[in-house]
Amino acid sequence: MSLIAAHDLSKTYLKGETRVEALKGLNFGVEPASFVSFVGPSGSGKTTLLNLIGCLDKPTSGILRVDDTDVSTLNTRMAAAFRGRKIGFIFQDFNLIPVLTVYENVGYPLVLVQNTPSSERKQRILALLDAVGMAELRDKYPDQISGGQKQRVAVARALVTKPKLVLADEPTANLDHKTAYMVINIMKKMKNELGTTFIFSTHDQKIVGEAEIVYTLEDGELDGR
Amino acid sequence: MFDLFKIAVRNLMRYKRRTLLTVSLVTVGVVSVLVFISVSGSFKNMMIGQITDSFLGHIQIHKKGYVASIDSLPLTLNLGPNALQKIEKAIKQTPDIEAYAKRIKFGGMFSNFVETTNVRLNGVYPEDEAGTVPLLLSRVREGERTIRTGEILVPELLAKGMKVKVGDTVVVIATNRDGSVNGKQFRVGGILESATGPGGRDGYIHIDDAAEILRMDTIQISEIAIRLKNFDKLQEVFDRLKGELSKELNKQGKPAFEVHTWEKLSPFYNIARMIDVMTFFVKLMLIAIVLISIMNVMVMAVYERVREIGTIAAIGTLPGKIVAMFLIEGFSLGLFGAVVGDILGIAVISVLNVAKVSFNFGRQKGLLLSPGINPQDILLISIIVITISVLASLQPAYKASRMNPIDALRHV
Ligand SMILES: Nc1ncnc2c1ncn2[C@@H]1O[C@H](COP(=O)(O)OP(=O)(O)OP(=O)(O)O)[C@@H](O)[C@H]1O
Ligand SMILES: [Mg+2]
Repeated sequence: MSLIAAHDLSKTYLKGETRVEALKGLNFGVEPASFVSFVGPSGSGKTTLLNLIGCLDKPTSGILRVDDTDVSTLNTRMAAAFRGRKIGFIFQDFNLIPVLTVYENVGYPLVLVQNTPSSERKQRILALLDAVGMAELRDKYPDQISGGQKQRVAVARALVTKPKLVLADEPTANLDHKTAYMVINIMKKMKNELGTTFIFSTHDQKIVGEAEIVYTLEDGELDGR
Repeated sequence: MFDLFKIAVRNLMRYKRRTLLTVSLVTVGVVSVLVFISVSGSFKNMMIGQITDSFLGHIQIHKKGYVASIDSLPLTLNLGPNALQKIEKAIKQTPDIEAYAKRIKFGGMFSNFVETTNVRLNGVYPEDEAGTVPLLLSRVREGERTIRTGEILVPELLAKGMKVKVGDTVVVIATNRDGSVNGKQFRVGGILESATGPGGRDGYIHIDDAAEILRMDTIQISEIAIRLKNFDKLQEVFDRLKGELSKELNKQGKPAFEVHTWEKLSPFYNIARMIDVMTFFVKLMLIAIVLISIMNVMVMAVYERVREIGTIAAIGTLPGKIVAMFLIEGFSLGLFGAVVGDILGIAVISVLNVAKVSFNFGRQKGLLLSPGINPQDILLISIIVITISVLASLQPAYKASRMNPIDALRHV
């Protein structure tokens, strides 16, 4: 039973008169607990694809099932609820909430997305901060920590709701090499510990080596493993 | 741990200067309104007190049609003993009435043996009158503060014009309801300061003297003035009295009596109304200030935080929560402004009280302004400010909640 299944998945953008075929009939599947990377040059459709999988956008044609749900049937509100329950997000620019501490940033989805009882929250947040090596800095604000540290906090935030799937669009693009490796390895460690599926996109060939499954996108088309 | 309020307050603290500016604006608005309400309210209450306590009373009862022709003080519209009995019974049944005074009002000629002029007179029971309009006798400038039989309190303008002094002998001549003329000598007992409004320049004599001049076998009352224990119950008492008295019908099947509050009897009521209207517009201005400043700041807040909104929307925050987040921010701004404004407003009002500001009203000099504000007004203003703050945040908050996360995340 695949976690993600795409059949003839296409996305076409209409920009005035011009049509941009960002994705052209993709077919692929992603099994649970896998560590997948989509690579490809700029404009190849990586972000477009991750947005579709993340229920942030809808396909133009074809079918995309995520955890057995046909994502094109979800309305805006249902999609938001679906993301809150099943998907964690890691962003290229970290996107921590600046007015919240490290601890509060990780706790945010539990309080404002999922309503987890407070007894359970603390233990989950601390365990994740420990796992990503950020426990000591938990009372710092985002502007007091480095980029690599921010992305580790973001990984913890993405995992705190115990999602089935974590999506990361170019999570290492704003990090230096060493830090990028560390973040990817933390993601891999978490996948091994929790069995969460990670899908990340990158155009950094060296980082790609860390992925277990690599799909190459080229001009909106999938180029096998 | 943390909640929407904490996020809101922290976001407000993020732009301290702007938040401070907005809160100050709201504060200034609240202080202005509170001070205006209290000063104009105290002015108004003092004026009403001056008018009702000097001569008018809070409520008056007459025979139907009397007030419409009050300029001629028609003796034909006086109340006979039967009617009076019914009215007094109704008054005694009504709670919250402190005192009432029966008056015979009539117009006559006033002569100092050299010149003659018109005069409007009230024949009163001195004790009832003092209980009903407690400021009346304080208007006596010269002479004793009493109304004795054989004596007359002469309004000051008349005394001046006729050059009469306390102790002089004068004659009052009047036509009774049958048309026959009668006169009586009086000693000038006192000179009465004018009060603002119709009836403020009437003279006063004892009711027995009035009955004598008018050759009444039984006393026929023109007017009954009523004083309430609690002025705030004016409407309530009025409704009760009116309800009670409207049962009494005349031969035409219409109510035999008419009941009026001071509002219908004094032109100052219109000034009081004007003050109320001004207060209303000052409140409207406050609403406009709050609306514009809060809306401005919330539109800015949403615009500055587009990427944050994109982030929280992407990770599954429902639109309703995003709306709540911004509404609470607006609410907090309004709350701060209202609370600080309330405190400062009360402080300013206290200072005004300590400073003892005085003013003149008509011929009454040196009235002390004692502005006060009741808790309901403070509460009402605070609720208005906070509600408007939330309403002003509604549109920006809604806009934030409707953002497409992809576009919002791409925003720089
Ligand atoms: N909202 C949009 N409207 C129109 N065209 C778009 C839109 N978003 C993406 N595209 C186009 O779709 C194609 C794929 O874009 P996409 O952002 O998915 O590529 P990418 O692989 O993520 O590139 P990069 O590495 O630069 O992030 C590009 O040609 C891009 O110009
Ligand atoms: Mg991209």
